[in-house]
Amino acid sequence: MLRDITLGQYYQADSVIHRLDPRVKLGTTILFIISLFIFHGVWGYFVAALFLALVIKLSKVPFKFMVKGMKSIIFLLSITILFNLFLTPGDPLVQIWKFRITKEGVRLALLLAIRLAFLIIGSSVMTLTTTPNQLTDGLEKMLKPLNRIKVPVHEIAMMMSIALRFIPILMEETDKIMKAQLARCADFESGNLIKKAKSLVPLLVPLFISAFRRANDLAMAMEARCYRGGEHRTKMKPLHYHKRDYIAYAIVACYLVVGVAAGRLIPALLSHIAF
Amino acid sequence: MPIILDKVSHIYGEDTAMAVKALDKISLVIPDGQFIGLIGHTGSGKSTLVQHLNGLMRATSGNIYFNGQDIDDSDFDKKMLRSKVGLVFQYPEHQLFETDVFSDVCFGPKNLGLSKKEIELRAYEALKLVGLEDEYFYQSPFDLSGGQKRRVAIAGVLAMKPEVLILDEPTAGLDPKGRDEILDQILKLKVETGITVLLVSHSMDDVAKYVDRIIVMSRGSILYDDIPKEVFKHYQELETIGLAAPQVTYIMKELRDHGYNVSDAITTIEEAKREIKDYFTKLAVMQRER
Repeated sequence: MLRDITLGQYYQADSVIHRLDPRVKLGTTILFIISLFIFHGVWGYFVAALFLALVIKLSKVPFKFMVKGMKSIIFLLSITILFNLFLTPGDPLVQIWKFRITKEGVRLALLLAIRLAFLIIGSSVMTLTTTPNQLTDGLEKMLKPLNRIKVPVHEIAMMMSIALRFIPILMEETDKIMKAQLARCADFESGNLIKKAKSLVPLLVPLFISAFRRANDLAMAMEARCYRGGEHRTKMKPLHYHKRDYIAYAIVACYLVVGVAAGRLIPALLSHIAF
Repeated sequence: MPIILDKVSHIYGEDTAMAVKALDKISLVIPDGQFIGLIGHTGSGKSTLVQHLNGLMRATSGNIYFNGQDIDDSDFDKKMLRSKVGLVFQYPEHQLFETDVFSDVCFGPKNLGLSKKEIELRAYEALKLVGLEDEYFYQSPFDLSGGQKRRVAIAGVLAMKPEVLILDEPTAGLDPKGRDEILDQILKLKVETGITVLLVSHSMDDVAKYVDRIIVMSRGSILYDDIPKEVFKHYQELETIGLAAPQVTYIMKELRDHGYNVSDAITTIEEAKREIKDYFTKLAVMQRER
């Protein structure tokens, strides 16, 4: 039942991308998303597509996993495409009754669709190759400077990783309690909204109790190990930049330059040759 | 009503890279009125198997028949099945949710759509069957001790008047006293009501004393299915799959190895006591004759 839902979508594999420092992956993802908005024209997106294809190839994650992420935005994507297709003023291409598709509309719709698709696939690559824990680790280290202005970075990161850690546990617990109540002939499906909401009580009460119990146990266990939070705390697997991380940064920098250049120069060159 | 399993298989995560075969062509007959012990190491598929028996899980292949009807038929009444085949999960006390014990036990029969009078009568009977004293009936279930909570949870299933009662590790996490109390109560219940009981456990000592038939599972298949004495004869094979015969069986074997001519097909302390007594009586008689 609920077993099929997994959080994060980490795909276990041994690749260069998997081994990269999470900070590199976080930074690259953000830069990639920004790049999608500053690149111009077909050629800019051509460079972005090449870059994305290269990263996917390197990550050894099957492409169908990337497409899975697209499913969640298919609704948003289709609305964006439809609105842009029909509501952009300009040169009319086709006219069906009151709806008019313009040249600019087609261009804009395509552009936005590509942008959105790349955005989702790009961030999927990150979540597919980085475990949630690595991500929070990376975030913590990246945000460390905020400590100076009294932002409890370590505590926030800790809370995030605990929350992430607990999600699969609570999922399993929900599944178990649900089955236990089903075994007592509970009915979670039929009836109107109020009845349905009421039928959740036998599920939610035990779930909350179990969540509190677990939280309590965990707090006790941390206390027993003298956990004291951020200051002077060492890590079992401290994050260090390796050679490959610097190379990755360099590649990303190149990508940005090439992308911006391609977007502006190639059309200019082409028009130059044409005339 | 008998339950018949015909080549039931279950695969977790079918069609994915992580597919795990939890049940492998299990064929089984559970007749009326038996007290059966289902034993297996962690991950042997016993919990998966019992969840098939009341339709909580669907077999990947194979059929399950309850009273001659295929439970996967679209017109089969799953609710009826779940009331007839009561399943008590591991740590059942985690399913309690009502403000008092009595209403919690009422939850099951209420879902069956019975009259208020009938519901309350059944809840009362069920609580009496598990041996909970009246003074606890209107307390919050969360104020009870671990063993008491577990009884309340078992009563919650019993109140539906099942014909087959399945208990998944009912003694997990209880102290020896609580364990014996629960198991004795189940035996009493079995004798009084004559229902079929399926006791899932990984402890041979727990079940040897109570059941008339033991099913040993290993890696999703049935390894042995026989009366306890016969099953425990295979104690060496049992050890290789991470199980063991009851401790008393080992003591008897040890005695035999040391030259005392006692039977080693002994599974309970009572039997051992009798056997040893008989042995010494015989010995005394022999010496006197000499």
